Parts: sequence; C-alpha cells; structure tokens
Amino acid sequence: MADSPPLAVEHDEGLHHQFVDREQQRNAASLGMWLFLGTEVMFFGGMFCAYLIYRYWYYKEFAAGSRSLDIWLGTTNTAVLICSSLTVALGVRAAQMGKRKLLVLLLLLTLVFGLGFLGIKGVEWYDKYVEHHIPGASFSAQDLIEQYPQLHIDPAPTQIYFSLYFAMTGLHALHMIVGVGIFCFLTYYAWRGRYTPQYHTPVEIGGLYWHFVDLIWIYLFPLLYLIDRKPLK
Amino acid sequence: MSEPILSSKLYVGIWAALMCLTVITASVAFVDLGPLNTVVALVIATFKALLVVLFFMHVKYTSEKLTKMVIVCALFWLLILLFLSLADYGTRAMTRT
Amino acid sequence: MATTAIPVEREHYLNTDYGIRSWLLATDHKRIALLYLVTITLFFFIGGFFALLIRLELLTPAGDLVLADTYNKLFTMHGQVMIFFFLIPSIPAVLGNFLVPMMVGAKDLAFPRINLLSWYLLVGAGVLMLHCIITGGVDSGWTFYTPFSTAFSNTKVIEAGLAIFIAGFSSILTGLNFVVTIHRMRAPGLTWSRLPLFIWAHYATSIIQLLGTPVLAITLLLVVFERAFHLGIFDPTRGGDPLLFQHLFWFYSHPAVYIMILPAMGVVAEIIPCFSRKRIFGYSAVAMSSIAIAVFGFLVWAHHMFVAGISLYSAMIFSILSYLVAVPSAIKVFNWTATMYKGSIHFETPMLYAMGFIGLFTVGGLTGLFLAALGIDVHVTDTYFVIAHFHYIMVGGAVMGYLGGLHFWWPKISGRLYPEWLGKFAALTVFLGFNLTFFPQFILGYLGMPRRYWEYPAEFQVLNVLSTAGSTILAVGYVLPMIYFLWSMRYGKIADGNPWGAAGLEWKTTSPPPTDNFREIPEVSWEAYNYDEIPSPAEVPVGR
Repeated sequence: MADSPPLAVEHDEGLHHQFVDREQQRNAASLGMWLFLGTEVMFFGGMFCAYLIYRYWYYKEFAAGSRSLDIWLGTTNTAVLICSSLTVALGVRAAQMGKRKLLVLLLLLTLVFGLGFLGIKGVEWYDKYVEHHIPGASFSAQDLIEQYPQLHIDPAPTQIYFSLYFAMTGLHALHMIVGVGIFCFLTYYAWRGRYTPQYHTPVEIGGLYWHFVDLIWIYLFPLLYLIDRKPLK
Repeated sequence: MSEPILSSKLYVGIWAALMCLTVITASVAFVDLGPLNTVVALVIATFKALLVVLFFMHVKYTSEKLTKMVIVCALFWLLILLFLSLADYGTRAMTRT
Repeated sequence: MATTAIPVEREHYLNTDYGIRSWLLATDHKRIALLYLVTITLFFFIGGFFALLIRLELLTPAGDLVLADTYNKLFTMHGQVMIFFFLIPSIPAVLGNFLVPMMVGAKDLAFPRINLLSWYLLVGAGVLMLHCIITGGVDSGWTFYTPFSTAFSNTKVIEAGLAIFIAGFSSILTGLNFVVTIHRMRAPGLTWSRLPLFIWAHYATSIIQLLGTPVLAITLLLVVFERAFHLGIFDPTRGGDPLLFQHLFWFYSHPAVYIMILPAMGVVAEIIPCFSRKRIFGYSAVAMSSIAIAVFGFLVWAHHMFVAGISLYSAMIFSILSYLVAVPSAIKVFNWTATMYKGSIHFETPMLYAMGFIGLFTVGGLTGLFLAALGIDVHVTDTYFVIAHFHYIMVGGAVMGYLGGLHFWWPKISGRLYPEWLGKFAALTVFLGFNLTFFPQFILGYLGMPRRYWEYPAEFQVLNVLSTAGSTILAVGYVLPMIYFLWSMRYGKIADGNPWGAAGLEWKTTSPPPTDNFREIPEVSWEAYNYDEIPSPAEVPVGR
C-alpha cells in the first residue's frame, strides 16, 4: 500500500525535523527499540548466568526450591502472558487497518491480562512470604528439608535459589509494570484517535517491548518452576 | 507501511500453538526423563520464543536484515557470557589437586 | 567604524536562543555536547582532586596524611569518578555528540530527546555520587569486590552502586542513539566505506556500550540487593561465589576500557591525516580493527582474575585471547605511523597530542601483554605495574586523545581559535608531567610495591616522590587548556569554516555551525580523507 507523500513536507507535524521522511523516522524507531531489547537480553542475561552457575553447583537445592513453587499458578501466568501477546499482535493489526475502536479494545484487554499476571504473581509472592521463603532475616528452608529428606538439601544454597527467584521474577515484574504504564498511554492516545494506518509507530514498538517481556517469562517459567518435578521415590 | 498486515487467523493459530506448548511443557515435567527433562523444557521454550519473535514480532516478514542481525548478536553475546563463565566453573575440578 | 574585523553575527547554534531554559531543555546535539563538556570537566577535577590527595599521601612511606580507611576511600572514589563520570562519557558524549550527526550529514541524532535524557541521567547519577562522597564515601575499590563490598564494608556501597547503575543507562542510551543515527541517517552517497574513521570508532564503541553496560547494571543491582537484604549470592560462607561477581563485573569492565580508548583512536585517526596532509594508510584495516577490538574485547575479561581462583585451563584460554585482542590495536598504530611516513607534517597542538597518544598508548598496550602472560602476571598483578599500565592507556591514551580532539574541533565548536603557542606549551607540559608521574610506577610495580597500599617500605620513596612531582606538573598541564579555552571564547581569533584544511563534512559548514548543521544536506561523492584534493590552509592559524 503506497502512501502518497505529504503535500508540503514542512507542514508534516508528525515528522521530527531530523528525519527526511516518515519511513526513515519509523525505521529509526524500530531499530532503536530492537537495540534496546538487545540490551535487555544482556541485562537479564547476567542473572541467567548467575542462575546457571548456581544451578550447576546446587542442583538439589534448586530442585527443592522449584518444587515449592505452585506449578498451576505458574502455568496459568504463562498462559495469561501468551493471551496478552495475542491481543497486542491483534492490536497492532487493528492499528495498521485504522480500526480505532478495535485497537482500544485490544489494548484494554492487554492491560487486563498484564494486571492479571501481576496479580497472580503477587499471590505467589505472598505464599512465599507465608512459607518463610523470602531471603533475608526471616528465611527458613526447614520446611523443605523436612518435606524432601531424600534430596539432602542445605539451607544456605536454598536461600540462593530463592534470592535468584525473587531477583529474576521481581525484575521481570518491574518490566511488566513499565509495560502496563506504556500501554496505558497507548490506550489513551488510541482512544484520542492519534494512531492511523500511516502512523502507529508507538503501538508497534510498544508491542515489541511487550512481546519481549513475554519472551523473558517463557524462559523463566521452565527455569524456575520446572527444574525437577518428577515423582520422588 | 512497509510491513504486511497478517491475518488474524494466523495470530490466533500461533496463540493456540503457544498454549498447547505451555500445557505440554508443564505436563512433561512430571515424567521422568532424567537429564532430558531440562533439554526438553528448554527446547520447547525456545520453540515458543521463536513463534513469538517470528510471528508476533513480525521478524519473519520484515525486510530489515539489521533487525535479525541485532537479535543474533544479542543472543551470541549472551552465549559468550554464559559459555566462557562456564569454561571456568566447568574446569575447576580438573585443576584441583 | 571598527577596524578589528569582527563580522556581523549570523545565526548559529550558540546564539539562536539565550537563557537557561534554552540550554537545560536543549535537544540540539551540539548544545547537549557542551552540557556534557561542563559536567565531565567538573568530575574530572573532582577525580583529579582525589588523585592529588593519593599522591600527597604517597610522598612519604608512612601513612601520615590520612587514615588508612580514608585512603581506601580516596582510591575508590578516584577510580569511580574518573571512569564512570569522566572517561566513559568523555569523547562520545562531548565530541561524539557534537560531531556524529555532522560527520554523517544529518541535522541531529536520531533521538534528540533521548540524548537530553542521557545527559540528565548522568547529572542525576553524578548528584547521587557527590552526595555519597560528601556523606562518607565508599571504600570498596572501584571494583566493588565481594564479599567486602556486600558484607563487610561500613561505607556507602549501595549509594555508589546505584549512582553508577544510573550512569550506565546514560551510556547505553548514547550508544543506542549513535548506532541508529549511523545506520539510518547518513547523507546521500555516504556509504560505509566513505565514513570517517571517527564514526567507525564510535560505532564500535556504541556496540560495546549496548552489549556490555547492561551486565554491569545487573551486577551492581545484585550487589545492592545482597547488601540491602542480606542475601548470600556472593558470600562464600553462605554458598555464594565471590568469583561469580568478578566474572559478571569484568564482563563489562574489560570492554569498558575499549569504550574509553576506541573514541580516542577515532580522534587520532582524524588528526593524523590532516596534519600529515595525506590520506589515511589502510582505511579498511583501521575500520575493521575498530570492530575487531569491540568483538574481541568481550572475550578476555578473566585476565583480571588470573590469581583470583579461576581454573588454570580457563586462565590459559583467556591469556591467549588477551594476546589476540592486542593485534587490531597494533594494526591501527602501524597504519597511523604509515600515514605520517612521507607526509607533510605540521606540529600544531592537536598533532602533538595525537603523536603523544601513539607513543604512550603503545607503551600501555605492550605492558598489557606483559600482564596477559600468566607467569609474569603472578608477580606484577595488584602492583603499581598494573596501575602504570592502565594509566598509560587511560591518561596517556584516552585523555590525550580527548584533549587533542578538543583542540582540533574547538574552532568548529566555538568559532574561535585557541592561542596556539599556549596549546603547544600545555601539550608538552602534559606529556612531560604524565611520563614523570607514571613511568616510575612501572618500576615500582616491578620491584613489588602493591597497589591500594597507604604506606610502603622506605626503599620505594624516591620513585614515589618523582611520581608525585610529575602529578603536579600534569595538573598544571590540565588546568591551562581550561583557562585558555574560556579566554578564547571572548578574545580568541575568529575561525573560518575550515582553519585546518581538514577533510570531513563537519568542516564544510560554518564555525560555529547553524542549528541544523548544514544549509543544505550535502550529497557525498568523494572518498574519506581526500587530502590530495584539499589545499593546505593559507596560513597556519595562530591565535593572538
């Protein structure tokens, strides 16, 4: 679908002055977001490195810690995020086709899913709090030691597992909150009619960010929840 | 503008695949496959990730080679970090007297 | 009627708008570059002040100027301020911000508001750092090694860690802006192989900033969490591994040294051809070497950990890789030297700094190879040999490159010429002061004086006194440009568009440039460094 160029470039207010045309502006925004996501890969990657080393050293404690997480809540949350990625993708499509009302609906649904994810995460963390699995002064691995005597786990490495659990899910949740914030803005501007088939770059790159947060979770889920779930003898 | 508009059927199809894979990965975790459990979980996760990146994030349909370059580089650099760190940890036992 | 020929002021980026708001809310990359110039100069003097106190303490073998704990804080904060608040931003944020859009023929960077955000992040981080310094400081060493930083230090580790965390994002966003600008906003006809090597250098630097800094960010965050919530991730008594911290820390901090040196190499690659009136020798080799340094630089980090407890096999791998990373740097040195061969050499101030760079960087780089050898490293690691090595590169290299670049592009930035004879004098003062400060430290390290020690055996005193004497001369050399640059803004000779007769798109516009850089975006049909086509400037620009 070819766009006719604007009649007078000087009056194209959506075009920032450093760019030659809309396409250059859009390509720059897209490249900028992909580069930023690349930095996020390295940011989470540092934690994945720590996780990798300590899982290598303390497999039993990681297995026990993993078992203490609620696999059904974790699976549900994974499904919630996948649904949110669907609504985001369909939202970008709606923006491409100029369907304002549909776009707003899909963005709102995305927000619902995102907040749902955060809510479930809050429940899971509360459970950890009640079980004294939050690292720090009140940490206790005694319940796991008694529950899984065949694993012969030590308390200190178990605390390392939970430290990494909270660091990784915590930073993921923080990114989720930022995503929710971004999508609040997107929903508002979409409702105000700012996005057209010619200009919906913020929806596209906001969508890329949201999908990325989903991607991180796609890896966090098996790494944290599914370390060792086989039936114990 | 330069990106094609994909059909909603395609998106829903990818969504369905992702949901199925999620159920599979959670279920397989209860089956004893020994060390393969981890491998299977990560392979499924990677497949899900590919679906999200290629279809939801439009990488399959973009004409921008630079986007793919950025993704490959980021992953490659992560592998450098993981692999060279592991090279230390993995060989420490070998040098212990 | 005035007889001094001051032309009627035409509009340019400095006079287009006045008032503090027009500066603090500027999105013009050139104004943001000047905001950075002011900020990092301030931090340079703060870091320099700590250095002065260190050198004063080391005048005598006994620890008699400050307490031992205070001395720990001095070298820690000297390192942190100089690295994160001066060196890492320096050339990219000042010269890069100013020149990258102009050199690619663009009106501004891709994301001007993110550029301004970068500056505010650095300022915010700097305020936090200053607060940390004033309210007690931090004594963990700039390297934050655990478990001392996480469990035993009684100083403000969290605050310093957070300040550097925020500064890291400033660095990441600058890199992001450069990469997008260079890829997407080059003028018509400006292919990759016609780009100035300054651009290649900043492109490579930006890649490092994007890929490495996030790992520092997460590492410092984990240190902050560990200290705040008493976790045990890096505590050996609770199952943690202090070496994991070091792996994660050095994964960034080694490539960080390439963030600090690559831009300076880019500056040198612009100065040498101009003052040799010759095309650069081996353009492709130099361009590819920049990329090679960026890539290989990520493969060598554990050479900082040879004696820390990593496995011998991984030490061997990292040692070999460290030798490999020296090759592209050497290629650059050969190419710069070959450029000068049979050139028509002019010894203006920028050239003096560039030549000083080549010599001092070579010494620093070669001594790095000494350290990369496992056997030698056992003896000289954590001694003054290491300190001399990295100061030769950081100060003899990066800072000289920065000063050379400031002098070279000063006419473009300010529209004025600095006084040339003073420039030469300051350059020579810096060179002399630098060598007197740091060469004795190679000997001290070889003889066994450890680093980070506040007292030392009496037999090391003479060399320490020489080093301190050198540092005062060096300080004079650094203060002089500050004074005469400021002086030149009011009283300096007015510069025309191209006082050096240099190649590059930035010299095709007025000095100072208009806000949008060019009257018309140029269309490029010539190769870089086309000095056979550019005439020498009619007279050597001499300031009065």
